[in-house]
Amino acid sequence: MSIPADLKFAESHEWVRVEGDIATVGISDHAQAELTDIVFAEPPQAGRKAIAGETIAIVESVKAASDIYSPVSGEVIEGNSALDSNPSLLNTDPYGDGWIYKIKLSDPAEVAALKTPEQYQSQIS
Amino acid sequence: MKRTPLYQKHLDAGGRVVDFAGWEMPVQYKGILDEHKAVRSSVGVFDISHMGEFFVSGPGVAAWLEGLLTNRVGALAEGQGHYTLMLNENGGVIDDLIVYRFGTEEFLLIVNASMIDGDAAWIQSHLAPGIKFENASDRYAAVAVQGPEAPKLFTALFGGEMPEKNRIVKFGETFAGITGYTGEEGFELFVPAAEAEAIWDKVLALGAKPCGLGARDTLRLEMAYPLNGSDLSPERTPLEAGLGFFVDLEKGDFIGKSVLAAQKLSGLTRRLVAIQVLDKAPPIRSHYPVIVGDMPISETGSGALSPSLGYGIAMAYLPIEFTKVGQEVAIDVRGKQYRAQVVKKPFYRPANR
Repeated sequence: MSIPADLKFAESHEWVRVEGDIATVGISDHAQAELTDIVFAEPPQAGRKAIAGETIAIVESVKAASDIYSPVSGEVIEGNSALDSNPSLLNTDPYGDGWIYKIKLSDPAEVAALKTPEQYQSQIS
Repeated sequence: MKRTPLYQKHLDAGGRVVDFAGWEMPVQYKGILDEHKAVRSSVGVFDISHMGEFFVSGPGVAAWLEGLLTNRVGALAEGQGHYTLMLNENGGVIDDLIVYRFGTEEFLLIVNASMIDGDAAWIQSHLAPGIKFENASDRYAAVAVQGPEAPKLFTALFGGEMPEKNRIVKFGETFAGITGYTGEEGFELFVPAAEAEAIWDKVLALGAKPCGLGARDTLRLEMAYPLNGSDLSPERTPLEAGLGFFVDLEKGDFIGKSVLAAQKLSGLTRRLVAIQVLDKAPPIRSHYPVIVGDMPISETGSGALSPSLGYGIAMAYLPIEFTKVGQEVAIDVRGKQYRAQVVKKPFYRPANR
C-alpha cells in the first residue's frame, strides 16, 4: 500500500495535505482497498463548518456505506465535484484526483497531532 | 462458523471472507463490479456449497411433496426440476427452493443456506409413513457456473451440449442442474465434498472467473429475483411477492393453499414491486423508507446500485394502490428523498435471452 511521505493521517484512515492554511483531505490507499469498489460519494459543500472528528462525508461501496471523519476543524472551501460522476477516483487515485474536500484550517495545531506516514504505516501493518 | 470445502481456494484466490448465514463465504475476490461484469459478458463461478441438499424418497413421495410445495411436483418428469415455494399454515413463505425429480420415487430439494435447519425441521415434522428424508448438505459441495459462455464450459467438462433449462443430469456421483440465480445461462454443479477443490480448479482453468456473494446479489437483483429474508418472509405470501406463476391453486391441497385461495378471491392488499431510482442517488439498501407524497408507505427490501444499468434499483412491498407500473415514489436515504418509480420486472434483460 502506498503512503506518500508529505501527508499526515488520521487513525480513521483520512489523509491531510497542508498548503498554507488550506488542507486537502482524502482517504488512504489502504482505506480504499478495504472499502472495495466505491460507487457513490457525497463530499461536503463549500461553507460547511467542521469540527475535527465529526462526520463530513459519506462514501459507499456496493456493499456498505462508510462515514468519513474530518481530521481537522475549519470551513470547507471546496468539495471534489469530480467524485459525483466518477466516485471510482477514490479507488484509482486516492492521493490525487480522488481527494474529497479542501478546508480552511481554524486550528493549524491540529495537524501536528495527526499521524506521520511512519506512524500510519505501523497502524495498518 | 461453518466453512465450505472450498474455503482454502477462496483465500488462495484473494477472496474477502465474510459471515453469511453462519458461513464464512467470499463476498468478493478482486471486486464486485468486475465479477458482476464477468458473469454478464463471459462466465463466472460461485461457491454455493453452503446451500442445502435434501433427498426425499419412498413410495408416494410425489403425492406427499404436493402437500408441502406450491407447484405441481407430480408433473415433473424424471430429470426435470422447477422453482417452488414451501409455505407455513398462514400462506407465508418458509423458503423458496428448486425441486428436481431425481428418480421415479426420489426428489432432490436445493434450499437456502440460512434455512437448512428450519426447512429440515419443517419437512421432518410433516413426514408421512414410508417417506425417507435425508439432509445431504454436508456431503455435497456445489458451484454455480454462470454466464453466456457457461454452455461452452459445460461441454468442455462433460462433452455434449448443455441440456435445456431446469434439467438435471447425473455423471456418477456428480450432478448438474441447469439453472442459476443470475439470469444468464448456466448450471449448478453438485459434487461430493472431497471433489470440490478439483472441480473448482478445473472450472477456473476453463476460464471461469471466481465470483463472490456480492456479485451474486447484484446479479440476482437485476433480474428481480427475490432473496429469502429480504424480499420473502413468513409474513408474506407468494402472491404478494409476485410469484403467483409458481403457485398452482388448481392442484390438490397444500399447506397455505386455503389462505392463498382466499387472498386471490378478496384481492391483494400489497405486492412486492420493482422500483427504479430516477435521481442520482446513493446505493439503495434494506429498510430505507419508501414515500408517496409526504407519507411513508413502506420500506425497501433488497436494493443496490445496478452495475449493469448504472442506476439504483430496489424491491419493496407497497400497498396495492401504489403498485402500478409508473407509480412515482421517493426513497429516503439518510433524510434526503430521491425520486423513483415502479417498473416492470426484471430490471435487466440479459443479451440474447
